[in-house]
Amino acid sequence: MKTRDLVHVALFAALVAALGLLPPLALPVIPVPITAQTLGVMLAGSTLGARKAGLSLLLFHLLVAAGLPLLSGGHGGLAVYPGPTGGFFVGFIPAAFVIGWLTERAWHRLSVPLAFAINVLGGIGVIYAVGIPWLAASAGLPLPKAAWGSLLFLPGDCVKAAFAASTAVTLKRAWPLIQPRRAAEPPAPRP
Amino acid sequence: MSLGLYVHRASPVHATPAGAKMLGLLGAAIALLLFSSPPVLATALATTLGLYALARLGPRELAFVLPLSAWVLLPLFLLQGVLSGWDTATRAVLRLAVLVLLAMLVSLTTRASDQLDTLQRALRPLARFGVSPARLGLLLALTLRFIPLVATWVHEVREAQRARGLEHHPLAVLVPLLVKTLRTADALAEAIDARGFDAEEPP
Repeated sequence: MKTRDLVHVALFAALVAALGLLPPLALPVIPVPITAQTLGVMLAGSTLGARKAGLSLLLFHLLVAAGLPLLSGGHGGLAVYPGPTGGFFVGFIPAAFVIGWLTERAWHRLSVPLAFAINVLGGIGVIYAVGIPWLAASAGLPLPKAAWGSLLFLPGDCVKAAFAASTAVTLKRAWPLIQPRRAAEPPAPRP
Repeated sequence: MSLGLYVHRASPVHATPAGAKMLGLLGAAIALLLFSSPPVLATALATTLGLYALARLGPRELAFVLPLSAWVLLPLFLLQGVLSGWDTATRAVLRLAVLVLLAMLVSLTTRASDQLDTLQRALRPLARFGVSPARLGLLLALTLRFIPLVATWVHEVREAQRARGLEHHPLAVLVPLLVKTLRTADALAEAIDARGFDAEEPP
């Protein structure tokens, strides 16, 4: 890993933390406020690629576990983990990795709809897949009920995935960072 | 901006090494997940409150935990009471409350830097997989330095876009923020390399 990669890992961990310190973005169209932290997870994944994004979120968790109140709402410390929402935070790590991995694979034909699908799969699918069983186990809730309760956050998360997707595609043109896994192939024919 | 939850007191709980406290918390979490009968929970709650008294921490320091209880534990208690009975609800929420209180006790009585040192030591066996302690140290230091910096950038970019009437356009905020972040990363990496830091050091 080059120094530049180390700095990227540190900067994105800081970015996720800084987004947690922000007041939620209020949008004129949708009533659900957007807390920006999972947006940071999606941006890390689709900007840095699997390995660096996963490391970045791991680093973020080290700082939270050590007692820094970096999760949105000023939560932090080990108290976060036994809590009912602990799994959603832990899910940040595999989510960033999965988004990064899929983005690397789709790099040459990355479009906004494709990036949106990737961010939904990683940023919603993976985070909920870790968070919902954790919530069920930690609160003694049956799994289906825990899942229904989590649906409340789905609209906001979809909006975040859309923002992350458009940002990723714009950034691919402005400042590409991800090295595609395969050799360059001819651009996909336009539909 | 003061980061961290540590509150200083002269007490045996504060003096206990960070590693012991963190391992104890892990043990308590596993034990309570396995055995959560009412007598065990009552004993655990009493012990936890006793530890708070021993650490000379009062309700004022605990005020920080209250939002979490109000926003998460109370709705959970109501939801669960309606869905699966008040007995189960009381037991589950009590268990969570004990665990959250214990974890908060560790955070309140242990400096973040001590906990980070302990975690770094615990991660030392990872060196054989290429995670060197020097690089981990650099990463932690950089991140801690960057958090307030990135927060400032978020503010700056939003101000700049407000002047253009774009502050409600998330893309107009996110893209410049990321480009600024990445541009700084390049300059910083060059500066670190120029000072002779060897990122590729052997394990």
